[in-house]
Amino acid sequence: MNPLLQSILSAEFGFAIFRVMTPLLFASIGVSISRLAGTINISMEGTMLVSAFVGVLVSAFTNSLILALLAGVAAGVAMGAILSYFHLRLKADIILAAIALNMFASGITVFLLFLATGDKGSSSSLKSMLFPEVHIPLIKSIPVLGTIISGHNIMTYGAFLAIILFYIITFKTPLGLRIRAVGQNPHAAESVGINVNRTRMWALMLSGFFGAFGGLYLSMGYVSWFARDMTAGRGWIAIAAATLGGYMPLGTFLASLLFGAVNALAIYFASLQIPSELIALIPYLATVIALTIYSAQAQKKRHRKVEEAKQVGTIKETT
Amino acid sequence: MEKFLLKYFTLIRVIIAIGIGIVISVFLIYLTSQEPGFSLRSFLLGPFLTRSRLAHLFETASPIIFCGLAIAVAFQAKQFNIGAEGSLYLGAAVGTAFAVSTNMPAFIHVPLVLLIAGLTGALWSFIPGILKAKWKASELVSSLMLNYVAYFLGLYLINYHFRDKEAGFLVSFKLPETAWLARFIPDTRIHYGIILALVFAVLVYYFLYHTTAGYEIRSTGFNERFARFGGISVFKVIILCQVILGFLAAFGGMTEVMGIHRRFLWQSSPGYGWDGIIVAIIGRSHPLLIVPASFFLAYMRVGGRVLNLMSDVPAEMVMVIQSIIILLITAEAFLSQWKYRITVRQAERGGAA
Repeated sequence: MNPLLQSILSAEFGFAIFRVMTPLLFASIGVSISRLAGTINISMEGTMLVSAFVGVLVSAFTNSLILALLAGVAAGVAMGAILSYFHLRLKADIILAAIALNMFASGITVFLLFLATGDKGSSSSLKSMLFPEVHIPLIKSIPVLGTIISGHNIMTYGAFLAIILFYIITFKTPLGLRIRAVGQNPHAAESVGINVNRTRMWALMLSGFFGAFGGLYLSMGYVSWFARDMTAGRGWIAIAAATLGGYMPLGTFLASLLFGAVNALAIYFASLQIPSELIALIPYLATVIALTIYSAQAQKKRHRKVEEAKQVGTIKETT
Repeated sequence: MEKFLLKYFTLIRVIIAIGIGIVISVFLIYLTSQEPGFSLRSFLLGPFLTRSRLAHLFETASPIIFCGLAIAVAFQAKQFNIGAEGSLYLGAAVGTAFAVSTNMPAFIHVPLVLLIAGLTGALWSFIPGILKAKWKASELVSSLMLNYVAYFLGLYLINYHFRDKEAGFLVSFKLPETAWLARFIPDTRIHYGIILALVFAVLVYYFLYHTTAGYEIRSTGFNERFARFGGISVFKVIILCQVILGFLAAFGGMTEVMGIHRRFLWQSSPGYGWDGIIVAIIGRSHPLLIVPASFFLAYMRVGGRVLNLMSDVPAEMVMVIQSIIILLITAEAFLSQWKYRITVRQAERGGAA
């Protein structure tokens, strides 16, 4: 059998997909929830970066995983809060403000990294901690399935929980209802007494909350150090994944799975005699193609609705 | 006085935002530096102290002006294309490839190389344009993703096909002298790129404010529906401004290669596309204001580099400051209370008289 095909069909490849999709899943949940409220958070890149950095720093200086987790999440929520303050209170354009926040994150992490370690590239001189790997009893001894499902970082399992949490928040809580109402029609929501700005603020902070886990996983699970700009566009891929998933829990999950698979595939292609530059561009190119197909489909659907509405109209006129 | 304040409110707000940014940088320097007085002087006055740094200011500003103009055209139509970076990178790589593999007299070679780079950038930027215009695919996401694709393609082109193996590090072959942009101030690297940048600033200004196509771009940005009802083809506008964006960015990148490095040596993307966004925001997307905004950003950058060399404060401080400045400038409500109060006072006085 073809060695490439063999490695793709192996259980390790399934394992790699989950490993790669974990940060994307967290981040795309974050993007989805903000988009449901009508204020898309495109500062996910910066949010993940800041959380990744804060997690490593706190774990290195306190030797406590819990404190690192709390600090990282707090940092993510704070990023969401800053964005909502500038967008909702100071009326900044959310896209420009988020671009500025991404630059801020990129600058402040390197600035503080240098002050903390004297190094601008990575935090390898700090002894930071890792989130543990979980070997699930019983399941881990099942052939193939055990290799794919068991032995992941606890954050990977957390990502699956996060999807469920996202579903519960969106569809089973009053806040979720308000978020969806505000996103669909802010004026209607306001007329029934929903505070639009406050709801959006919560959505943006929740978005930072979920994004923070993605960042923490990157620096304390995926690898064990912080490196400058280590998010490498994942925050943006997450936006594409969230769009593709229709901002819904299952859709977001499937889209992240797709991007995870493409990313993992790129890693496997590296074993072939193809220049690494050409492999590295695959996930980004795949994102553009997927986004285009999705947009074209959505447009077709819109057109069909318009056509149907027109037909209904003509029938009424003739009768 | 108050009338003056009202008239130039936007400009004053930008200046105040910059002022706050500088105050924060002073604060950060005092917080982190062992010898804050010296560090502060290096940062704020450093760029003016030596001839080479002053020259550096002009060299840094010129690609930023190009990218600022590129982004400004897109912003005027409310298109959030951030693909200037990718167009610049790929355009300059292809331009370099063309320059090193051809031989002709300088008066044809220079414009032809610039044109090829610009057209490559335009073609690259056409992709998110057509995806947006035809299928409403978010140009923000697609242009960003294409930045990465362009980067890796450019890198592949240079590293695998045009790499100068004798250079000792990963760079392209040196451009033939016929494809160099001349430097016109002795002992500096200030090249004709800066002149071209200024010419393009005027051209883009004329295009946006004195031609029909420019008017259509601005109308679309102001109110897309209104533009549509007025008979403007929004489809055409979206494509047009994306193509212009790619052309300007790549053209600017190529002038930098031809005037400063004379070979392609960007192993990582130079970031001018992002600088373009910064100056487009500071300059309020006005082509003529892009020029001073670019010089301001160049001043901060050179200051940051001096700071990095001479003192113990890392240059990344500049990134922090510039992001704070942009946040304040984009915050429409920042200082609007103040404007409101002046307006009310004016109105009351008018009523009494």
